[in-house]
Amino acid sequence: MQTIAAWFHALYETTGINLTIIYDAFDRARFINGFLVTIELSVICIFFSIVIGIVGAWLQGSQLVWTRRIVQAYIQLFRNTPPLVQMYFFYFGLSNLLPRLHAAGGDQPLLSGFAWACISLSFFAGAFNVEIFRSGIEAIPHSTLEAAEALGYTRLSAYRHIILPLAVRVCLPALNNNLVNLVKTTTLAYAIAVPELLYVSAQIWSDNVNVPEMMVVLLLVYFALVGLLVLGMHRLEFRLRLPGYSRT
Amino acid sequence: MAEASPWTPDQPIIEITDIHKSFGHVEVLRGISLKVRKGEVICIIGPSGSGKSTLIRCINALTPFDRGSVRVMGIEVGAPHLDKLALRRRVGMVFQQYNLFPHRTALQNVMMAPIQVLHQPRREVEARAMALLKKVRLEGKEHSYPGQMSGGQQQRVAIARSLAMNPDIMLFDEVTAALDPETVKEVLVTIKQLADEGMTCILVTHEMGFAREVADHVYFTDRGVIVEDGPPAELFANPRDPRTQAFLSQVL
Repeated sequence: MQTIAAWFHALYETTGINLTIIYDAFDRARFINGFLVTIELSVICIFFSIVIGIVGAWLQGSQLVWTRRIVQAYIQLFRNTPPLVQMYFFYFGLSNLLPRLHAAGGDQPLLSGFAWACISLSFFAGAFNVEIFRSGIEAIPHSTLEAAEALGYTRLSAYRHIILPLAVRVCLPALNNNLVNLVKTTTLAYAIAVPELLYVSAQIWSDNVNVPEMMVVLLLVYFALVGLLVLGMHRLEFRLRLPGYSRT
Repeated sequence: MAEASPWTPDQPIIEITDIHKSFGHVEVLRGISLKVRKGEVICIIGPSGSGKSTLIRCINALTPFDRGSVRVMGIEVGAPHLDKLALRRRVGMVFQQYNLFPHRTALQNVMMAPIQVLHQPRREVEARAMALLKKVRLEGKEHSYPGQMSGGQQQRVAIARSLAMNPDIMLFDEVTAALDPETVKEVLVTIKQLADEGMTCILVTHEMGFAREVADHVYFTDRGVIVEDGPPAELFANPRDPRTQAFLSQVL
């Protein structure tokens, strides 16, 4: 570790390429923390956006007109507005309407910027996920549902055990796309001062005036991060393929 | 009055009285009545679009009907708060397109409903499922997926899947219509075996030879009504109605 740090320090001295995130302990810690926050934010938002997608797609098949309308309104609202505006709406709009906590150091908002970023991004990606799951559900032949009904399944248990597992297989490529988009969109949390990767990088390049270096690092880190997600999703697609149906 | 008169085996197991069903402007069932006794094998024949499939789909409430009544073992199928599970436990159904669950193996397809719907213990269900697959002569295919099996094999899994719910009545909706001629036989043998064991079966079929062989009673339907019915020997040999005569001369 010491020698690597020394090497990168020497690199800076000789070429001017300044990667403080490797040789400077403080910057390194900041950068790693930012990276972990990005991962945490991504994992939480992926999870909740999928939950919203599954529940929303189920509610869209409801017999009740108003349930369907509410889901539809939610989708339209979150699909037709910019995610940054949504995040501002939650953080600056909704947050101020909520009661504040009285803590030792003075008033504290009820929810942190991180929590609001999770909420806003989950709703944002969730709106797309509802449509993605719906497209998967619609691809399942009605006769499959009838076979389940004839075996005594209720609508909910057929959804859970038969329709959803099949629909997921159909819509995985589209879901994959949306989750990639979601991970990239976590950078918007920068705007509400969540110390994620982009935010800490901005701090680092402000302190060290190493903007070009940090830009390259950011690009590569996101490239690797999203690449990892895509790899995982492809593995999942492969594992879930229907034997005897998919191309080899 | 369903509760007041519980069903006893001496009563008809299925009693259909004057049912009507329209899809939009088209009336596909125009007053059909029939009775089925326990252990009987009924074949319903007739030209396409005569309402045969709709008729048997009314028996397990897959298709709601507009007027008339259907009683299955004392259960009034048209009742507003029908206990669908109670009905569907008693009535199994096999479809033309098999409709297996493609993400599960043959064995899992058979086990799913008893475990997930009836919450029966897995071990018990598995033993029964293995026995059922053996019965439909699919030993060794337990762990194959539907996509890896032939149509005839899939259809026999579908039969085993229905039987796993221990139904009292089996409905077969043109179950051999999508099969190759060579594989039709393997499915028919399975159905014959069931019929011989005393299962109450209602078949919508185009297999006239099979209908003649297994049926206790044959109904000929056309344009939503029963034109003629009788024991197969009689109906096939001496059809009385000109429509039955015309149909049989075309298909035989």
